[in-house]
Amino acid sequence: MPSKLSVNIGRLRIENPVMVCSGTFGYAEEFRGLTDIKKLGAIVTKTITLRARAGNPMPRTCETPAGMLNSIGLENPGIDKFIKEKIPVLEKSGVPIIVSIASDQDIDEFPALAKKLNKINAVGAIELNISCPNVKHAHKVSGGGRLIAQDAQATSDIVRSVRKATRKPLITKLSPNVTDITEIAMAAEEAGSDAVALVNTLIGMSIDVVARRPKIAQGLAGLSGPAIRPVAVRMVWEVYQKIKIPIIGMGGIMDTESALEFFIAGSSAISVGTANFINPRAATEIISGIEKYLRSNKIDSIKELTGSLKCRS
Amino acid sequence: MGTEIYQERPKITGKKYFGQDYFNLSLYCPTISRKAKPGQFVEVKVSSADDPLLRRPLGIHSVKGNSFHILCEIVGRGTELLSGKQPGGYLDIIGPLGNGFNFRHPASGIRHPVIVAGGMGVAPLVFLAEKLKETKNSKSKMPISVLIGARTKKQVLCEKEFKALGCDVKIATDDGSAGFKGRVTDLLKYLLRAAILKPQAIYGCGPKPMLKELAVICKKYRVPAQVSLEAHMSCGFGACLGCAVKTISGFQRVCKEGPVFNAQDIIWQEDAV
Repeated sequence: MPSKLSVNIGRLRIENPVMVCSGTFGYAEEFRGLTDIKKLGAIVTKTITLRARAGNPMPRTCETPAGMLNSIGLENPGIDKFIKEKIPVLEKSGVPIIVSIASDQDIDEFPALAKKLNKINAVGAIELNISCPNVKHAHKVSGGGRLIAQDAQATSDIVRSVRKATRKPLITKLSPNVTDITEIAMAAEEAGSDAVALVNTLIGMSIDVVARRPKIAQGLAGLSGPAIRPVAVRMVWEVYQKIKIPIIGMGGIMDTESALEFFIAGSSAISVGTANFINPRAATEIISGIEKYLRSNKIDSIKELTGSLKCRS
Repeated sequence: MGTEIYQERPKITGKKYFGQDYFNLSLYCPTISRKAKPGQFVEVKVSSADDPLLRRPLGIHSVKGNSFHILCEIVGRGTELLSGKQPGGYLDIIGPLGNGFNFRHPASGIRHPVIVAGGMGVAPLVFLAEKLKETKNSKSKMPISVLIGARTKKQVLCEKEFKALGCDVKIATDDGSAGFKGRVTDLLKYLLRAAILKPQAIYGCGPKPMLKELAVICKKYRVPAQVSLEAHMSCGFGACLGCAVKTISGFQRVCKEGPVFNAQDIIWQEDAV
């Protein structure tokens, strides 16, 4: 029965195709009692960097029409403290842990982080966050001020360097802030990524007209929530035409119906993000919703739904 | 970390308006009512639609048996929508959230607590007064003092509630239309200087500039002060890291490590908006 929902991300088999997005589920302990954590397909952690990061100044978030902006700035305790303090807590859930990693100064930090995670069995996969819009990258490889995920060559170089450092499945998280997301997705596939996750937040801005200041201290911030869903679905559909590796779809998924859109567009799995803040049970409700949908439509496996969009001619 | 948090759909059992801009909802909710501590809050979904998207954090105003109250000011679209909810309907809430006030003195109860409220800061402080009254040393003759600050007489809230609890209530208004003319912190300064009040603990809630001033006064008069901060929150339970505040021990989450902090632990200079 569970095989109906199970999918593979590289060598990682997950019992159901519903995960929670990096940065929206804390380190899972925040959700204890609020949702049945062990039912999740996988948990993607808050992005971890080599050194601890204090994060950006306040205000860091604001509400926007059917969405929100955030510029947290990858606040995290650093990889060593994360392994020591957070992994044991995450491990207890029994759910595969996908650790999101990013560099904050030098791209060599990506393989260094991956090596530190190699020994930890509970880590089912590694997600490369090359698309966070809220940290200033000084990476030579991507050119000053650009995201790695905005450059196919830079994306390829990072994936290759991490591929050499670990045998864990690699998920490359892509940015929607590009002209053609399929180019970046193909670069990630070609460089050895086991899956791609899309989309990260759209870069946005909101202004307090009384103060004539940006509502977020950093000015620019990442837009998430239902407001970005159609953009995300479109990008999943575009990428699905061009690559063979699994797509993990995300961007404003709030409920079963919005999750199904992503499968039909080409996702093998989906991830619930902003919805966790509003309805902590969103992801588990979606799991039962998908089961029900498959049953009532007599579909044997979620895999049959992936990319099943009927195009209008 | 044994603190339980619930997502519930309590029935709205009562609604009262105070003027046009303020209303009080009573909610029948045994789980949250029994666990709640003063200073804690709930996150309320004001609409079942995707817009407005986020929940609204509201302080637990008062607890009576299996029910609790929230007091709300209509300030925007979210609170406007919430004001449209009627008794008999249901509300999607998560709580109780945050740490709450520490109101138990180790040995004998706090002998002379002073509550300082600015504007909507009164909301969680009524619940605090209820609990202080319950736990106060019965031998103590000093009542709980409450200083309420507001812009004008019309915005003075909860005077009756505090008086019904036996509190000694003093009012300050910016325009002098009721009580002391000036800010509530000026009133506190005057009462401390004249030694009319000799508090052993001060509890404050209100806008940040007021709490910052309160911290300065309490430092000068060496009174331990706990302040409850307001913040825009996206989740309310520690997941998004959106509502951090700078403290002497680094960034802390207002929703999780707070909203109540020791006034002297906050780094106000960098954060007073």
